[in-house]
Amino acid sequence: MKAYVSVFKLRLYHGLQYRAAALAGIATQFFFGFIFIMVYEAFYSQSTAAFPISLSQLITYVWLQQAFLAFVMLWFRDNELFQLITSGNVAYELCRPSGIYGLWYAKLLAQRLSSALLRSMPILVIAYILPKPYGMPLPHNSVSFLLFVLTLLLGLLMMVSLSMLMYISVFITLSPAGSLLMFAVIGEFLAGMVIPVPLMPTWLQNIVYVLPFRWAADFPFRVYSGHIPQDEALIGVAIQIIWLVLLVGLGKYTMTRVLRKIVVQGG
Amino acid sequence: MITINGISKTYQVAKRSSGIGQAFKSLFHREYTDVEALNDISFTVKPGEIVGYIGPNGAGKSTTIKVMSGILVPDSGSCTIMGYTPWKDRVAYVRNIGVVFGQRSQLWWDVPVIDSFELLRDIYKVPEQEYKANLALLTETLELQDIIGMPVRQLSLGQRMRCEIAASLLHSPSILFLDEPTIGLDAASKIAVRRFIRTINEEKGVTVILTTHDMNDIEALAQRIILIGKGKLLYDGSIDAIRNQFGTRKTIIALYRQQEAPLKIAGAVLESWSPERAVLSVDTEQVLISEVLISISQQVELIDIIIDTPPIEDMIIQLYKEHQI
Repeated sequence: MKAYVSVFKLRLYHGLQYRAAALAGIATQFFFGFIFIMVYEAFYSQSTAAFPISLSQLITYVWLQQAFLAFVMLWFRDNELFQLITSGNVAYELCRPSGIYGLWYAKLLAQRLSSALLRSMPILVIAYILPKPYGMPLPHNSVSFLLFVLTLLLGLLMMVSLSMLMYISVFITLSPAGSLLMFAVIGEFLAGMVIPVPLMPTWLQNIVYVLPFRWAADFPFRVYSGHIPQDEALIGVAIQIIWLVLLVGLGKYTMTRVLRKIVVQGG
Repeated sequence: MITINGISKTYQVAKRSSGIGQAFKSLFHREYTDVEALNDISFTVKPGEIVGYIGPNGAGKSTTIKVMSGILVPDSGSCTIMGYTPWKDRVAYVRNIGVVFGQRSQLWWDVPVIDSFELLRDIYKVPEQEYKANLALLTETLELQDIIGMPVRQLSLGQRMRCEIAASLLHSPSILFLDEPTIGLDAASKIAVRRFIRTINEEKGVTVILTTHDMNDIEALAQRIILIGKGKLLYDGSIDAIRNQFGTRKTIIALYRQQEAPLKIAGAVLESWSPERAVLSVDTEQVLISEVLISISQQVELIDIIIDTPPIEDMIIQLYKEHQI
């Protein structure tokens, strides 16, 4: 366990030193945040029909999306791990007395956390003090806030276990490009990062709800704004935990399988 | 300590000829060739030995190291190291070994070396006192004081390699596998690495298995060599035995006052001759060096004479030739 904590810490410190990248990221996220909100605002003001989600809930959705981008983005990747696999340096990892799955999991988790820690705070603070309609409202109530934190963290763990599958696939394909593209495009859309899930047509929503992706992004954001009521949120937490167990189990199983077949070539 | 019995490993390698037609064809049907990397390899190593594991490129040296360090599962054969089967009891086993792959890196590229060391300490659960003692010893003998706080990406190859070796020894392993530890190093770094290997072998009794192409490494370190070629074990024994077998041929270079008549020495072959200089080769099993020297000095007015033993490198090449590899 201590080993995992060490990997986590080392990677976290390492990630926290990229201040320029964080600043650039914050600027980008504000840009996209404003654009999205302007689009939705125009969209809402032009129609009188009832919307499945209120504008202020949607704005919350957008800002949370931008603030915690590093938690939910599937394309957020660790090139070091890809190189480790394709170059064969993974040979060293195989000589360690601890499971590779756990070590890599800790590493990826720390990477996402460090990136989000640097970015989320400034974005959230500024989003709170922005004037209407751009400002982000406070959480629905304190219970929603606690549930939001819990679901966000569970969602993060789910996202990391999903991306582990992507790294494992590189053992077989030897090229991260394919699995990355597929995971990123499909996963991002199904997580509600392109169109918020409540605005999707019903048939698409039904697909989204059976897949794991939305549990990391869409779900916690809607818990925050109270769009998903608390009793439903608690059921959601249980579903998140089930998904997490399934994904980690699948990852560990496939990891053992590919490691048994692995051939590290060359001197 | 190490008992390897009849290990074999075959790789499947996809192949196709050049050209677009062949490339297209391979989309549907791939042809594989089997490459026998290891063929019935057996040997044993006693505790505290330093074994030089040599062979030409592609002989199967690294494959053997990978099998012994538990990374690769052989097709057949058994391997028992300190009571473990490496690929079966991997996690329990690897605690006892240190591995250095000269062409790969185990240190984190962007962080200072010491951070990687501390991570390894936690992964191997090395007690703090033992870690401190090991680190002090390694820092001193490998001269790491100035580089331990630098990020790995800023180190030179020689500096990095010294750190890699240190990283493999932080958990006090009883066996150390070194796969080409001196590759690409300059003379000074090579000597430092060799001296260090000898130190840990003598002081801590670490068993060392070393693959290399640099025969000077072998001469400086190993009492015993194992030679493999094309996956087969060809020789297992002391260097002295090889020297006795192939080192009997000496080269004698004689410099003398100008003389027109060529030398004629019984039992020696005249390799080259000029009015001032002659190169002879002599097989000491056939004729005594002293007799050759006497007859040279009788025929010419000697100025200088050099007797040369072929370098171990040449002996190894002869050995390769003998086994047609």
